[in-house]
Amino acid sequence: MTPVTTPSTPPHQQAERGMGADAAEGPPSGAEQALQAAFDAAVAADERIEPRDWMPEAYRASLVRQIAQHAHSEIIGMQPEANWITRAPSLRRKAILMAKVQDEAGHGLYLYGAAETLGAGRDELLDKLHTGRQKYSSIFNYPTLTWADVGAIGWLVDGAAITNQVPLCRCSYGPYARAMVRICKEESFHQRQGYELLLALSRGTEAQRAMAQDAVNRWWWPSLMMFGPPDDESPHSARSMAWKIKRHSNDELRQRFVDICVPQAEALGLTLPDPDLRWNEERGHWDFGAIDWQEFRDVLKGNGPCNEQRLSQRRRAHENGAWVREAAAAHAAKQAARRAAAQPPGQPSGQAARPTETARS
Amino acid sequence: MSTHPAGHPVGALATLPLGDDALVLSHRLGEWAGHAPVLEEEVALANIALDLLGQARALYAGLADVLGSEDEIAYLREEREFRNCQLVEQPNGDFAHTIVRQLFFSAYQLPLYDRLSPSLPLAAKAVRETAYHRDHAEQWTLRLGDGTEESHTRTQRAADALWRFTGELFQPVEGLDVPWQELEAEWTADVRDVFDRAGLTVPETPRHGAWSAGAGRQGLHTEPFGRMLAEMQHLHRSHPGATW
Repeated sequence: MTPVTTPSTPPHQQAERGMGADAAEGPPSGAEQALQAAFDAAVAADERIEPRDWMPEAYRASLVRQIAQHAHSEIIGMQPEANWITRAPSLRRKAILMAKVQDEAGHGLYLYGAAETLGAGRDELLDKLHTGRQKYSSIFNYPTLTWADVGAIGWLVDGAAITNQVPLCRCSYGPYARAMVRICKEESFHQRQGYELLLALSRGTEAQRAMAQDAVNRWWWPSLMMFGPPDDESPHSARSMAWKIKRHSNDELRQRFVDICVPQAEALGLTLPDPDLRWNEERGHWDFGAIDWQEFRDVLKGNGPCNEQRLSQRRRAHENGAWVREAAAAHAAKQAARRAAAQPPGQPSGQAARPTETARS
Repeated sequence: MSTHPAGHPVGALATLPLGDDALVLSHRLGEWAGHAPVLEEEVALANIALDLLGQARALYAGLADVLGSEDEIAYLREEREFRNCQLVEQPNGDFAHTIVRQLFFSAYQLPLYDRLSPSLPLAAKAVRETAYHRDHAEQWTLRLGDGTEESHTRTQRAADALWRFTGELFQPVEGLDVPWQELEAEWTADVRDVFDRAGLTVPETPRHGAWSAGAGRQGLHTEPFGRMLAEMQHLHRSHPGATW
C-alpha cells in the first residue's frame, strides 16, 4: 500500500486513536475539539484518513459497518456462482467462473483486512454475519436457476457493484479506498466476462437465447435495488456523504447504472423487463418504472428466496471448518513451544514464532 | 531436477490419462468453492483447481487431432472412456481427505512431470505449479497430523481410506517412457517423510488391490465418478452442438 504523502504531518495525524476514544467519554475537551477540527479539515481537503489518525467514533463505526457488509457480500456472493462451477458447459467457462469465485474470496480477504485496520477482527465480524447482526447485499438472496444467471450476475450485479464502488476508490478512509481500487479493477473484468457470456447465449441457439432473456428478466429489478432505498429513505446516506465515505446518492448511482445498461442490453439483443423505460430528452436520462420496494424490504428482512440457504451454508462451512482452524492454531502453538525449548538458555528470544502461512491468528 | 535423458517421445494418446487426472481433480477441488474451512483456503484450493484445469486443457489441446476439441474430450466421453486414476475421482470427504488426496497425487505428479518435461512442453510450467500444490498439501498434512487429536484422527483415517488408490499411480501408462519403479520409490520416500514429520502412520494395507490396481487407467472407475460426470456433463450434453 502506498501511503498518502503530505509535505508535513497534518494535525489530525499527530494523535493516535486511543486519545479520541478516551476523550469521547467525557464532555469534549479542548484537545478533542482540535482533533475534530483537524479531522474535518482533512476530510474537506480530500486528504486520506489513515488507521493511526484520530477519527470520530461514529466515523469508525460507520466504516466498520460498511466494510464488513461489503466483505460479507463478497463471501456470501461466492455461493450463487459456485452453484454453477461443477456444471459449467465448457472448460473455458469453467476456468473463468472458478477464477471469478476465487477473486471474490480474495476481495473478502482485502476487505476484512481493511476492517481490521479499524480494530474489527475477522472472527468478530464473521460471528456477526453468522448470527445475523450484520448484513450482506440482499442481491445474493436470489437463486441462480440456469447457466445464464452466471452471465446476468456478471453483467448486472457486478455492473451495479462497480457503479456503486468506483466512487469508493476516493473514499476518505485510506485502506478502504485502496482495497476498492484493486477490487474495482477485477470487478470490471468480471462484468465484461458476464456480458460476453450473455452475448454468446444471445447469439446461440433459440434455447440459449431464451435462457439469457429469462435470466435478465429475473435479475434486472433486484440489481436496481442494489443501490439501496431511495434517497429520502436512506438512513445513513447524508452523514456518509459529509464524511466522504460515500460520494453520490443512491438514486444518482441507480440512474447512472440504468443509463449504462440500456444501450448494452440493446447491443446484447436482449430486452430489459420494464415497459416504462424510455429516453427523457429533457433530463438527458432514461426514465424507468417504479421499483417494488416492498420486495426489497421483504428480502432484507430475511424473506427472500435464499436468505436461509445462504446463511446456513456459510455457518455450516464455518462450523465444519472449526476443527481445521483449531488444528492450525494448535500446530502453530506447538511449533512455537518447540522452538522456544530448542533455544539455548540465556539467548534472547528472537522473532516470535512465525504463524503458518494459512493459519489464522 | 530431471535425471532422465531428454528427448523421449510421448506416445500419441499417452497424455490422455494425465489430462484426465488433472481435469477430474480440478473438478473435485472446484466443489469446495464456498465450503472451505477458512477464506485463505477458498483462494488456495481454487488456485490448485485452476492450475490443474489449465494443465488438462493444455494436454487435451495436444490430442485435438485424434480426439477432437477440449470440450468434446471433457464433456462427450462416457465414464468408461476416462483414463484418470481412481484416486483423483474420490469424493472430497472432509478437509483431511482432500489434503491427503492432494498430497498423494501431487507427490506423484511432481516427479512424473519432472521426468516428462524434456519431451512435454507443458511439463516445465506444470512442475512449478505442482511443486506448490505438493507444498500446500505437505504444510496442511503437518498441521493436521500434529494439531489436535481430532485433526490427527481425521487425517490418519483419510490416509487409511485413500491408501488403496495409490498403487495404481505407478502402473505403467502406455506411451509414457518413465521409470515407474524409480518414481514409486521416490513417492514412497516422500510420503513417508511427510507422514513421519506429521506424526502419522504410513498405512501397511495393500496398495495393489484386484480392482484398484491400474483400473482407472483402463477405464474402470468407482461409483462416485459416474455421478461426478453426470453433473459435469449434463448442461453441455443438453444442448448438442451449442457454443458457450
